[in-house]
Amino acid sequence: MSGIPHDHYEPTTQGEKWLHRRLPIVGLLYDTIMIPTPKNLNWMWIWGIVLTFCLVLQIVTGVVLVMHYTPHVDMAFASVEHIMRNVNGGHMLRYLHMNGASLFFLAVYMHIFRGLYYGSYKAPREITWIIGMLIYLLMMGTAFMGYVLPWGQMSFHGTAVITGLFGAIPFIGDGLQTWLLGAQAVGQPALNRFFSLHYLLPFVIAGLVIVHIWAFHTTGNNNPTGVEVRRTSKAEAERDTLPFWPYFVIKDLFALALIMIVFFAVVGFMPNYLGHPDNYIEGTALKTPSHIVPEWYFLPFYAILRAFTPDVGIVMFTSWITGGIIDAKFFGVLAMFGAIVVLALAPWLDTSSVRSGRYRPMFKWWFWILVLDFIVLMWVGARPAEGIYPTIALIGSTYWFAYFLVILPLLGVIEKPLPQPATIEEDFKAHYGKDKDTAAAPVASPAE
Amino acid sequence: MKLLRTLTATAALALTLPGVAQAAGEAGHVHDYNFSFEGPFGAFDQNQLQRGLQVYSEVCAACHGLQYVPIRTLGDEGGPHLPEDQVRAYATDFVGDVWDPTLLDGEGDFRPATPNDHFPKSGLATAPDLSLMAKARAGFHGPAGTGLAQLFKGMGGAEYIASLLAGYTGEEKEEAGTILYENTAFPGGWISMAPPLYGDDVFYEDDSPTDIESVSQDVAAFLMWTAEPKMMARKRAGLTAVIFLTVLTALLYLTNKQLWAPVKRAAKETPAE
Repeated sequence: MSGIPHDHYEPTTQGEKWLHRRLPIVGLLYDTIMIPTPKNLNWMWIWGIVLTFCLVLQIVTGVVLVMHYTPHVDMAFASVEHIMRNVNGGHMLRYLHMNGASLFFLAVYMHIFRGLYYGSYKAPREITWIIGMLIYLLMMGTAFMGYVLPWGQMSFHGTAVITGLFGAIPFIGDGLQTWLLGAQAVGQPALNRFFSLHYLLPFVIAGLVIVHIWAFHTTGNNNPTGVEVRRTSKAEAERDTLPFWPYFVIKDLFALALIMIVFFAVVGFMPNYLGHPDNYIEGTALKTPSHIVPEWYFLPFYAILRAFTPDVGIVMFTSWITGGIIDAKFFGVLAMFGAIVVLALAPWLDTSSVRSGRYRPMFKWWFWILVLDFIVLMWVGARPAEGIYPTIALIGSTYWFAYFLVILPLLGVIEKPLPQPATIEEDFKAHYGKDKDTAAAPVASPAE
Repeated sequence: MKLLRTLTATAALALTLPGVAQAAGEAGHVHDYNFSFEGPFGAFDQNQLQRGLQVYSEVCAACHGLQYVPIRTLGDEGGPHLPEDQVRAYATDFVGDVWDPTLLDGEGDFRPATPNDHFPKSGLATAPDLSLMAKARAGFHGPAGTGLAQLFKGMGGAEYIASLLAGYTGEEKEEAGTILYENTAFPGGWISMAPPLYGDDVFYEDDSPTDIESVSQDVAAFLMWTAEPKMMARKRAGLTAVIFLTVLTALLYLTNKQLWAPVKRAAKETPAE
């Protein structure tokens, strides 16, 4: 499967040969798990395993939760309380599922920003990046629909706001929103279909994850230097790489266990910290929460959605030039989806020939401002749209677009990159060679 | 580079504007009471929960309900932990008769409540159900609306309830035919619920203080339990998980170190070409 030369599975026993001729599944698994992996991967390459774990955790806990949940507007909220109070271990299952979504998004953001810094999206890994973006979009859809299911106040009114985004599309918006909700307003049809899709989409994600892994197993992993593995011969490739099992499996499991400590501390000691109190009030159309706030992982994009108010210059101009078809509301929707589109287009917007940010002195600055920008947008997304907040949101949103549409294309032209190591082996040796005790007399290697 | 500086300055400014958020909100003042159940090792005080149950039954239950709470859970460990006979007595004496639609061949009839029934719903349409109130409110939102304070003080639902019950100033006003009472904890400052506590509203068998603040904290603790009845089991599970995972992490750390040692040693001993 991999383009990097390495040993393949050879069936030895009669039974193995029999199976291999008919279904080479052992060979497929062997090649997948033994893929040559760059030696120099750092700790930012552990999030893939965390994400895989999250997907499995969410599916396993979710399947059990479904056994006790009732998708009916009059019973959904009570059935969640039934899970919390009467189902054996139900409270832990639900809190694991609830906080599992947060861990999922934390990991995906770390994973995405790692890709942005080390240029993992660049040729030949564009397909991996695009599949990843599709997974991310599906994750957002799944998380949103899952949040609707407990039928609390935020579920209910959040649904109205999010489907309202589609309602803002000119001409077809109203019809589209009604089609999405299955009714004029949020109610039983919406709950039923979101329940159905919330169960379906994780399996679509699982399928895409396989394609994602397939794609980067074909190109090989990126690494902190951005320098490709040498692949002219197996001997050369082996100086740059180590097999995924056991070297990276154990490393990733160590990182995963460490993250699990924090995760279980959150689930055990403060499971509602990341949630919103209003969702412990049963959803009703009669009363609207004073501030409708999405979950934390949607906040940066929610801030971008709200940033483009009617008094912003570009909004007024767009509205005027389109004869009012693109009003402020629709502009906000376009900006929000556009923010994800420009992220997905990063492989074609980045003109630099150097892959890793480590060797790009100017890029580094802009990258860290983007990270800061993301955090600021997340914070401002939770604030009411008054006072200084819309201004901050507007500046933050502008930077997000400027980074992808102006800074990335320009940097490739004006930036003078630093020298890169010739090989991964060289980088690895440079890192471990300059250990503190290099000055000490060389010790004879112990017999092993 | 000028744009860069401007943007950095803007971002820095944004992060140092905590005052603005406080000024914008009109959230009431929530006092940070110390509850026994706070923190990873905090536990419900069984006596306090029983006192809180008494306050709920004698005062709150006149208008409010606890529709999601099964009466039998009063006997659960990690809660008020009443003996079985007291749970039965509570069902028949306090809850009394409940409507059972399965009786009389589906016509329905009243029958005495059993521990398997839930607490009644709110008797007053405008009085919200209290089952989840301690989780449906939060006390501490700062600094700058980030909610980071909740990391250290807890979510503050019980603190909010206690602050609200003890937060009446005695002022009242009439608005659109409704009497509103001034309350320092309620968002906006005016609440339509009349002050429920006046001091010495209940008689405690264990001679605990019955001033407004003590009674408010007792019932707030009880409502924290109704909202999160499995809190003790959850914290225990969390602690067990954290301990076991710490051991696992240490073992995996050592395994990983051992595994990579020859690779790193080789890199050190044969310098880069």
